[in-house]
Formats: sequence, C-alpha cells, structure tokens
Amino acid sequence: MTFSVNGSPIEKTPRPGQVLRTFLRDNEHFEVKKGCDTGDCGACSVLVDGTPVHSCVFPAYRADGREVTTVAGLGTPDNLSPVQQHFVNAAGFQCGFCTAGMVVTASTLEGHEVHDLPRMLKGNLCRCTGYRAIHDALAGVANVVGSSLPVESSDAEAVDESTGDGTTISATGAAGHAPSAPRGVPAPGAPGAGPVLHTQPHAHGGGTAVLERTLPTTTGIRSVGRSQKSPAGSRIVSGKEPYTLDIAVAGLLHLVVLRSPHAHARIVSIDAAAAEALPGVVAVFTHADVPKTLFSSARHENRTDDPDDTLILDVVVRFVGQRVAFVVAESVGIAEAACRLLDVQYEVLPANFDPARAREAGVPLVHADKDAAASRIADPSTNLVAEMRGEYGSIAEGLARADVTVTGTWQTQRISASALETHGTIGWLDADARLVLRTSSQVPFLVQKELSRILDVDIDRIRVYTARVGGGFGGKQEIQTEDLVALAVLKTGRPVQYEMTRTDELTVVPCRHPMRSTVTLGATADGRLTAIDLTMLSDTGAYGNHGPGTMFHACGESISIYNAPNKRVNAECVYTNNMPSGAFRGYGLGQVIFAVESAMDDLALALDIDPFELRRINAVRADDPLVVTHVEGDDLSFAGSYGLDQCFDLAESALRRTNGVAAPEGAVWKVGEGVAAAMIATIPPRGHFAEASVTLALDGVYDLNFGTAEFGNGTSTVHAQIAAETLGTSPELLRIRQSDTDAVPYDTGAFGSAGTVVAGRAVLAAATALAEKLRETAEVLTGVPADEWMLGPDGLRTHNRLLPLTEVAAAGAAAARAELDTVTSIAITEGVASAEAELAGITATGRHAGDHRSIAFNVQAFRVAVNTDTGEVRILQSVQAADAGFVMNPEQCRGQVEGGVAQGIGTSMYEEIIVDEGVVSTSVLRSYHLPQMADVPLTEVYFTSTADDLGPYGAKSMSESPFNPVAPALANAIRRAIGVRPYELPLSRDRVWRLLQPADAVTIEAVRLPAD
Amino acid sequence: MVSTCSVDLNTVTDVRLARSRADLSALGPTVAPFAGGSALFGEPQAHLTGLVDLMTFDWPALTVTADGLEIAATCTLAELSRLPDQLGWQAHHVFFECCTYLLGSFKVWNVATVGGNISASLPAGPMTSLTAGLDGIALVWRADGSDERMPVTEFVTGNKSNALTTGDILRSLTIPLASLQSRVASRKIALSPLGRSGLVLLGRRAPDDTFVLTVSGGTVRPIQLRYPARPDAARLRDDVLAIDAWFTDPHGAADWRRAVSTVLAEEIRQELA
Repeated sequence: MTFSVNGSPIEKTPRPGQVLRTFLRDNEHFEVKKGCDTGDCGACSVLVDGTPVHSCVFPAYRADGREVTTVAGLGTPDNLSPVQQHFVNAAGFQCGFCTAGMVVTASTLEGHEVHDLPRMLKGNLCRCTGYRAIHDALAGVANVVGSSLPVESSDAEAVDESTGDGTTISATGAAGHAPSAPRGVPAPGAPGAGPVLHTQPHAHGGGTAVLERTLPTTTGIRSVGRSQKSPAGSRIVSGKEPYTLDIAVAGLLHLVVLRSPHAHARIVSIDAAAAEALPGVVAVFTHADVPKTLFSSARHENRTDDPDDTLILDVVVRFVGQRVAFVVAESVGIAEAACRLLDVQYEVLPANFDPARAREAGVPLVHADKDAAASRIADPSTNLVAEMRGEYGSIAEGLARADVTVTGTWQTQRISASALETHGTIGWLDADARLVLRTSSQVPFLVQKELSRILDVDIDRIRVYTARVGGGFGGKQEIQTEDLVALAVLKTGRPVQYEMTRTDELTVVPCRHPMRSTVTLGATADGRLTAIDLTMLSDTGAYGNHGPGTMFHACGESISIYNAPNKRVNAECVYTNNMPSGAFRGYGLGQVIFAVESAMDDLALALDIDPFELRRINAVRADDPLVVTHVEGDDLSFAGSYGLDQCFDLAESALRRTNGVAAPEGAVWKVGEGVAAAMIATIPPRGHFAEASVTLALDGVYDLNFGTAEFGNGTSTVHAQIAAETLGTSPELLRIRQSDTDAVPYDTGAFGSAGTVVAGRAVLAAATALAEKLRETAEVLTGVPADEWMLGPDGLRTHNRLLPLTEVAAAGAAAARAELDTVTSIAITEGVASAEAELAGITATGRHAGDHRSIAFNVQAFRVAVNTDTGEVRILQSVQAADAGFVMNPEQCRGQVEGGVAQGIGTSMYEEIIVDEGVVSTSVLRSYHLPQMADVPLTEVYFTSTADDLGPYGAKSMSESPFNPVAPALANAIRRAIGVRPYELPLSRDRVWRLLQPADAVTIEAVRLPAD
Repeated sequence: MVSTCSVDLNTVTDVRLARSRADLSALGPTVAPFAGGSALFGEPQAHLTGLVDLMTFDWPALTVTADGLEIAATCTLAELSRLPDQLGWQAHHVFFECCTYLLGSFKVWNVATVGGNISASLPAGPMTSLTAGLDGIALVWRADGSDERMPVTEFVTGNKSNALTTGDILRSLTIPLASLQSRVASRKIALSPLGRSGLVLLGRRAPDDTFVLTVSGGTVRPIQLRYPARPDAARLRDDVLAIDAWFTDPHGAADWRRAVSTVLAEEIRQELA
C-alpha cells in the first residue's frame, strides 16, 4: 500500500494484524512512542488525514492512501510550530516521553476546546509533571529562559527573569511559587556558594600557591538559580530526541518472555523442540541455559545492600508472571508463537500471599533453598528478608508518662512506577566484539558492574549506556531487561531488542512495597511527645530486591523528624508469593510517613492542639540529634540549611489566606484541612560516587561529560548550568554526553535524589579545575597573570583583550604535544578535580563522593471537600512547602515538587495494583488509573530560604521527597472533614464512602469481575 | 499467563474487508468481526487468525426515519457526538453526554463505534447505557442470514456476554421517536473525575409521562425500572436498592455502586420533575 508520512510517500504493506504505531516505527518514525498499546495514554497519537487517533489501536492497513502526520511533521527543532514552541517555553515536559503525543493532540484543539482541557487531554497521560506545566504550555505561558547570555543574543522565547522563574500565573489562576522564590545567586563566599580553590605546583607559577582571588573569575553570566530550559527541549517537542529504542538496527532480533501462570511451582520440564523448530526462531533459553549466579535485580552502590536471591531463569517460579523461558527470533510475532509452543510441565507448590502470615509455622517458604549468609537473607526458614529492631529510652516508660496516647494501624497498597517508557534494551556486539547495551536504566554503571559479575565477562568487555530515558521514578534502578538481552546477544552474536509491555510494567515489574504500620504515640497534655512506637511489616513479594533498603529507609526519617525521649521500631520485611516489590520515589518512607503523620493528626485532635503547632513543638531542630533507635551517624547533618520551620510557616500561611476556591454547595459536602511533614536525607547512605569531565575542545566548544542518566529529573539541565556558571558561558553552548560507561569512569547512578548534589558537585569540581587551567594557559600564552583573566562565552578576557577559546584550546594541545603540560588539581568540599592539556583540547575531570548527607524537608497541606453521599473528595487547595536549599532551577524544581505531589495524589486517591491469589487484575491502564489532568489540582509550591553547606551553590536534593507527605496530608484533611479516620490507601471514593457507613451496615451479595 | 502479547495481532494472517453480507461467511471461532478496532487491538487476541472489517460496508452512520433514529453499528462516537440538534428532540443532549462517559479520549471517538461498544458488552460501555436507556432496539444479522430485533436491554446479557453467537453481527440500533422526544437526564460517576464509569444512570420521562430509569455501569447488564409516571423518592430508592446485579471490580465496590445509585437516581428524578 501507499501512504504518506509528514508529506513523504511510503510504499510498504503492513502485516494484516499490525497497528499503525508499530508500522510507523518499522519505517523509522521513532517519534511515535509506545506508552500503553491500549489507547489509553496517548503517547502514540498521530493525525490521519488531519484526524487525531491513538495509532496503537489503529489498524495499519487503514492508512492506505492517507496522509499521516506525526509530531515531527508539525515542526522541526529549528522551526518549531507554535504549539511545540509553547511546550519548550513552558517547560511542559520532564522526561518528554508523552510529549510527542501531547503536542500532536494539542495541535488539533481549537476554540472552546482549550477551555475543556481536562476532557480533551484525558487520553494523554503524563507521569512526570503533574500537568500544571502542560496547562501552561497550552495557555502560552513561558516559564524558562533559553540562555544565560544577555538578552539580545538569547533565544526568542527568553522571558524576563523576574517573571520567568518565579511568579508564574498558571492558566488555572493561582500563583505558583512563594513570593520568596526568585532569589539571587548567593554572594561569593556565602555558605555553599562555591569551591575552595587551590592549585598544585605547576610549571608556570612555580611553588605552591593558594590563590587569593580578588578578581572576578568570569564575566558574570549567571546560570545557576535561573529557570534555564532543558537542553533537549526543542528535540523533545519535535520528536527528534531519541529514547532507548528509537534507533534502527539492521538485523535486529526480538526477545519475548514466557511467564509463569503459577504463583509457586517447580518447573519439571520444558520441551522446547517445537519452539526451536519454528522458522525464524534463533534461540530458546530456559533455566538450563543461564548462569547459576544468584543476584538481585535491585542495584545499589554497594551490591550487598540487596539479597542475592534471583537467577536470570530459575527452576522454581515464585510469583505469577515470573520468567520461565525466553525466545529470540526474527520478529516479535515469531517469538510469541514460539513461546506458545513451549511445553512446560509444572509441579505446583503451595503459595502464601499474606505477609502477616509469612512467618507462621507451616506457611510455604519462598526461598528455603537459599543460604542465609551467602544470600544475605535474614531468615529464609521464616520468610524473613530483613528486620530492624531497636529501642531508644523506654517505650513503656514513655507511654506511662503520657497524658494522652493514640494508636492505629495503617496499610498502604501496591503502586506501579509506570514511567511512560516501558523497560527496554537493545544490545549488540561492537567492532571489537564488545557487548553494548543501550538501555532504559537509571543506573548504567551498576548494570555494567553486575552483568560483568553474573555473566562472568570482564567489565571492560561490556558497555552500557542510556539515551534519554522516558521516566524512571526508581523503577529503573533494576535489572529487568539487560540480563536477557546480554545473554541473547552473546549467544547469537546478533543485535537483540527486548521491550516490555505496559502489562509487564503493571504485573511483573516491581511495585512500591505495601507496608502495614502500627504507630503508637504518647504525649503530655502540653503536646510534647513522650513515646513513638512503630511496628511495620513490609511485603517484598517473591524477591527481596530493595526490600531491606526500603524497610530501613521507611523507619528512618519518618521517626527521627520528631524529638521524643523514647522510641522503638520493630520492622520486618517478608517474602510472599506476590509480585516483587521494588524501588519507587520515596523508597519506603512515604508508606510509614502515612502512618506517623496520621497518628500525629490523631494526637493533635486528642490534645486539641493545632496540627501545625503540635508538629512545631516536637519537630527536630537544627541543633538536635537525629534519633531513630539510636543517634544517627556523623555522616548525616543539617549542613546549615535547616528549613522545617520555614516549611511549616509557608504552608500554614498559604492555607490561612486560602486560594478562594469554595466547596461545592450543599449539605453533603464537608470541608476539612490537613497537613503532614516529611524529612529526608539528601542522598543514600554509605557512599554515592560520581565523576564528570569538561573538555575545551579545539573548536572552542566545551564538552561536558557526566554519568547521570536523564529521565526527566532535569539534572542534565542543572549540570549544564553548573558548568556554564563556572566557565562564564551559557548552558546551551555546551555539548553534553552522559550516562555512558564509555563517557566517564563512573557514576553510581540517578537514584536516591543524588543527581544535583553528588554528580553536580563532580561537574562543579571539573569545571572549576578547567577554569583554572584555562587561566593558566592564558598566562602562558600572553604573560598576563592567570588570575587577571576572566572567562566569558567567547574567550578569556582581561583589560581590553580577548583570547578566543579556540586559541586557548590550541595552546593547550600544543603544550600537550610538546609534553610541556602539567596537571592542575583543585579540591572542593568532598570533591577533587584535575585538569590537563591533551591533543584534543584541555580536559578537567572531577569526582565527588557523597560521604556526607544533608537533610531536606517537605510540608504538604490540603483543604478538601468530601461528599458524604458518594465519597467524592475534591481538593480545593493544595500547598507544598519545599526545603530545597538554594534552588538551582526554579521552574524545574517546581516541576519536581508538582510531579511528586501528583504521584502522591495518584497514590492517595486512585492507584492500586489489585492482586488476588497472586494474580494482578489491574493489568492495563484502563483499570490501573494513572492520574489524568482532571485529577491533579494546581499545587502552590513554596521554597524555603536556605542554603546547604554540602550541595553545590547551597542546593539540596528535591526529587523523591515531595511525594512523601501527600497521602497523610490528604487523609488528615478527609479525617477533619468527615470525622472518621482513614487507615487504608487509596482513599478512593468507595472507601471514603464506606468510612461513613455504620459498622453494622449490611453487606450485599455481589459478583467480583476481573478488571477490564 | 503465557507471554504478554505485543499490540500487533501477530496471529492474524487475513483481514477481509466486508462489502456485502456474504463476506460475513468468513466469520468463525478464529475469525472475528470488528469495526473501529480500538477495543480489538487494545487486547491480546492470540486465538484469532482472521478479521472481518465491517467499516467497509459503508453503512450510513445516522439515519432519521419516521419511527426515530437508526444508528449504524459502525457509526463512530465522533459522528454520534455531532448528531445535529435540528429535530427538536429533547433527548439530544444525552448523545454527547454518553460519548463523554467513554473512558477513551476524543481521539478514540474518532474510531470507536456504537456497535463495537455495545457488542463488547462491558458494563461500563456508555453506548449500551445510552441505547438501553432510550429503549433502543438492536438489529442482529444472524449467521444464517436471518435478521432479529431485540431491545438492547436483552441484547446485553451480562459482563462481556450478549445475544451474538459466532458468525452474527450487530447491524444497527434504532432509537424510537418517543424516546428522542422524551426528557432525559443522565448521571455518571467513577472513582476519578473522568475515569472509567462506575455507574451510568439514565432517566427518561416520555411525553406520555412514562418514567424509565436505566441503571448500568455498576450492574453486570443494564437494568431498567419502568413506571407509568414519575415515582416518588421512596419508591424509586427502594427499587434501586432491590436491584441484584451489582458487581465489584477495580472501578468500584458493589456496595458503593448500589448506594450511590440511589443518590444519582434521586438527582435524576428531581431533574425530571
């Protein structure tokens, strides 16, 4: 058939059952994304003869003779359409994976439809932004600046700095940031403002010198603290930014996994003969064909953080959906057909799905075959993965001293991270027969390290890299696809792709750990806590990936945020035959904070003390020790940036002045306000390492290399801002290469909120060393002392003289060639860097070890109206105060907070993986409800005025933590509205309604239907 | 669980484009009819080897007759949502409203069809709610070449079950003129503002004062309560509570659906005062 795409004719015939999405991608229109393949998420939206459709449910043959328009047909990076430009200007994306479909859909809206956006865009899901920025894009609001250079040379979309990053008025009419938000860059010398600079002895200056810097080091172009746009913006909105699977690879094989129908079974036999005989099948793998090395799919800096309880393919399957075998074939269809031909005989074993029963005698053991010490499982004979027990002071005494005690048990549900880009990997052998994996991962270096171990392949023989990743949220801190592709490539020698489906994401990719938390608080009549007692049970499912980590994290800052003389924690993480749990934004903390902050609200009610006041009375202060069950170690401190007091004040004052949104009329609507606080250490404990380099290349352009993957976290923007600030240039002038084990020596990875504060510091160190080296080179060239040179975007300046960057680079190369160069080294807080000239220019490499951690805070407040007839909850006002230290990029940081709140609202009200006897029924997005635009209210975001001693320029991390206080704040608001305490998430309409029914309400006979 | 399938229907090797009724002879246990495709392609169909595309019949989407409105099974929701408001039908607004009750976006409306939605016979199917609520009559083309008409409330027999057997297709829906001339009120509630319907209730008060409440979305099939005149609140409430076809799924618990139905029914009763 013949059809055209973006004006170019294509003559090709699709397969009979093929959909337009895959047909377009077969024809290298990779701008058409896969999000769900069920017509729900809109990432694949295209126009067919001008009519917008979800191409994943559009039969390809129907495009015959028609004109298809993708996002790439609407405009190009150099010539964006107005809608595309608006998305760039508004920063209307984070990971950008939904953006292509969002832009295509938006391009069709006209007239009154732009006033009905929640309905018009209900078929376009964004997991990152919380939709405010998308709303802004469609309203033509500009939120970012395109360049740090003076206005005349900056991009057309640059907006006035005074409004560009601060006082945005969104389309829905409420103010965005706190009045205090737009702040200047800290003055040089202010806490956290910059590096401590000294140099090693060098050839030109002689001797050891600590530079007394009295002259400015740059021409004063400011990059940090501004709402700099994402470097990838124009490419993302025009579909030109390639994601993981957006490359054409000749001879590509496809991999399909056969999954277990049983929750617990021993594989007796697998007859693969028929599958192997199917034409087009290249390889079939069963448990007999894979290494017998136990590992964990979870990845951490320290691999011993997680139990080694997993095999690539196992002879025992422990949850419904576990890998049984996989097929590599010439097409997905052939591989699927071969999977259907695999004859697997199972011996079904008894299974347990109830974490509360996991440790009882006689309950099926999930990993009884493991050695406790070797696999680092606390007690395989009782399904215990990990436990935490400790007491500080005496709970008995604390409760005895209390005038009031409150207690309750709170249960959280399974949540899917559901990044819009599903997990996927393409692998091949490079010219040196080295294994290359292009993968959707937050941790390419850790994947490389672990694959080297599992496959027993030298680490230098494996390269792992990521293109832009379509969302992560912790879900990609896992090996889910790379091991299979690696095996397939090594066996076949051919390129292989494995792409997971949305149903895979919702049924087998690890979910948020469900936790049951019993909290008892005691307090004196004046509101002082005398005891905090926590008993927590976490269901890690069939495998222990992230099980210990989330358990410890859950019981950390949730308890140490409040001072109490007596504290106790009893926590267990247990195996069941449910789907595995894993990492997800907040990493356990949000689950226990839901319980603790709900209990704090009960305590405020019992004492008749304002809930803000009760928290102020008990909150840990800047000079207090941090105590869970003992005083926390020296690596954790407030680092001069304590901001909880400001968070309380900002949230409370916003709530007090209200946003003017009234409750619906009618006696059935009850109004309530709720608040919750959350504390988080800025990075993971026990080390997080990053290396970065900056090269002044011979063409006079800076090449910035760092290890951190970009998946909407915005750290690439921030890293570019840091480098530009240090080098006196503008972020968009940098060339960036990242998240590639070939590009920089090492980076632990983008998790634990470490992107800005760890890798950012490595970038800062490298750029600082390079700046110093460039001045030294200028001195060599001109005789003018190094510290009289200022760095600017086009070269080094002194007095009335300009030394172009190309000349400096050439001089460096010449010195290198003549072997006259020496290394310049500098040190910054916990970071070091050195610079030296090379034939290709001048390169500085910096590294940072996240040995010390600071603390960040978030306070969320809601005013809600609850319909007592239907259980409907309307959020009238949503406020979050965030203690991010110095805000590197206000628009991005605001987006991180809003996105966290949106995911928190999804968790609080809508999302739930429903599992029955191990079988997930919510296997598509029709039944697993990701928040739509209609579901997410505008959140007022306020930043504290704090500056951290550890983070670059005083910044703190702000990516996971905004999620954590949302559920309890909402629950507390509902409690105050209806007078009944919720104990279970999500606070769905039917659950809220049921809270209001008498305890003896008649239960009705009803059928339970599978999800559809 | 076997493998989770990709979106392409890789087992399908043949698609017949139906031009005449004879083309339906291809239908069978492994050959399914489809119209828009948004439902069919949205789920694994590994049992299928062939498809018959009904869109190529090119049936007129909407035909006004002396007796009412004939809606072709292949009429898209987009076409239905744009039904002209020139005939003075009091029920006109409910056509657009019921389109908005579809979970799928307006882009899905461009392909999803009325007949496809009803033939899927999911409780949350808004076209079932619409046509049942308006006392629509389904025309079924039987595999043996015969035609059969039945009320939509009888066509849909349960969750994903209906009067079609292998080889049959739904040809059209006819909405009687009296229904179109009725005053109609609808309510939808889901667990989220625009989510998949947990309940769709349609009330109709005919020119002869007949009052019909159709409860769907929360019941495994549409349930009608029919009164010669508008009932009082207690009567309607009792009758709603007496319905026994409620179900629980991820879109709402049965007890919530039952209780909230009484709230929505009363709102409808008052709106149709």
